[in-house]
Amino acid sequence: MSTIQSIAGENEQHPDVALVERVRGGDVSAYDTLVRKYERQVFRIAQHITQNREDAEDVVQDAFLKAYEKLEQFQGNSKFYTWLVRIAVNESLMRLRKRRTGRMVSIDEDVETEEGSVPRDLADWAPNPEQNYTQAELAEILRKTIQGLPQGFRVVFALRDVEGLSTEETAETLGLSIPAVKSRLLRARLQLRERLSRYFKQKGAPAGNGPAIAPQTGS
Amino acid sequence: MGQQSRRKLGVETLTCTEFIALLDDLIDDSVTDTMRADLQAHLKGCEHCEVTLSTTRKTIQIYRSHEIYDLPVDLRERLHAAIMARCKRGC
Repeated sequence: MSTIQSIAGENEQHPDVALVERVRGGDVSAYDTLVRKYERQVFRIAQHITQNREDAEDVVQDAFLKAYEKLEQFQGNSKFYTWLVRIAVNESLMRLRKRRTGRMVSIDEDVETEEGSVPRDLADWAPNPEQNYTQAELAEILRKTIQGLPQGFRVVFALRDVEGLSTEETAETLGLSIPAVKSRLLRARLQLRERLSRYFKQKGAPAGNGPAIAPQTGS
Repeated sequence: MGQQSRRKLGVETLTCTEFIALLDDLIDDSVTDTMRADLQAHLKGCEHCEVTLSTTRKTIQIYRSHEIYDLPVDLRERLHAAIMARCKRGC
C-alpha cells in the first residue's frame, strides 16, 4: 500500500508546474502567486550570501524578473523552486562581486579553514537554551554566528538546513559535487554548534577540550 | 591521542573520528541499520559524541525554527509591487 502511494506521489504534478504553464500562457496573476510563495525564501538566501539588506532587496527583484524572462528555458525536470534558487544564488554572487569592485567571488571562498572540524567545546547545553534570550537577542546571536562562517559553508548550510533543499538539489544549485556539499555541510554544522556553545552551554559547565577527532572528509 | 584511546573504551568498532565523519548521515537519517547500530553502540560509551550529536541537532533545529532575516510586510509589498509592475510591462 505504501509502495503504491509513493509511486503515485512521484508521478503527481507539483502545483508549481501548473502555475508556470499558466504564466507561459500569458496569465501574469499566476506569476504573482509564485512570487508570493517564494519571495521570503529568496530574500533569506540573498541575505545569507550578500549579508547586506539593500543587496538582498535588489536580488529579490532581479531574481524574480530574470526567472520571468527566462521562464521558457525552465525545463520542468527540476523543481521551479530549485531553478529559482539557482538564479537567486547567481544574482547574489553577482551583487557581491559588484560590491567588491570586480574581485572574484565564488562559493569556494575560504573553505580551507580547519576551524570547527574538531569539536572542542564539549559542554552540554541547557535544556532549552534559546529561552534564556529574547527573540531579538536570539536572532542577533544566530545572525552573528552564521555570518562568521566562511561563505562556502554558509551557503550550503542555508540551502540544506534552513531552506530544506536536498543534498542533490544543493549540489546542482551551487555547481558542487555531492561529496563537496556533504563535507561543507558537516563542517558548517560543527562550526555553528561550536560557536553557539558559548551562548547556550549550561551555566558552570566546563569547556572541555576534545580529542583530535577531525572528520575524514574531502572538500 | 590519550583521550582518543580512553573514549574508545568499551567500543570496539567505531572511533570518535569515525563517528563524527558519519554524524551528518545519522542526523539526516541516511544510515543503514547496521551502521546505526554501530553508531548507537559508540554513543553508549562516549558522552562527548552524545553531546556533539545532541547539540548539533539543536543547532539545526534552532536555525530552522527562527527567522533571522525577516522580510517586513511593507517591504515585501513594495518589492512585490515592483516585480509585478515590471512583469506586466514585459520586464
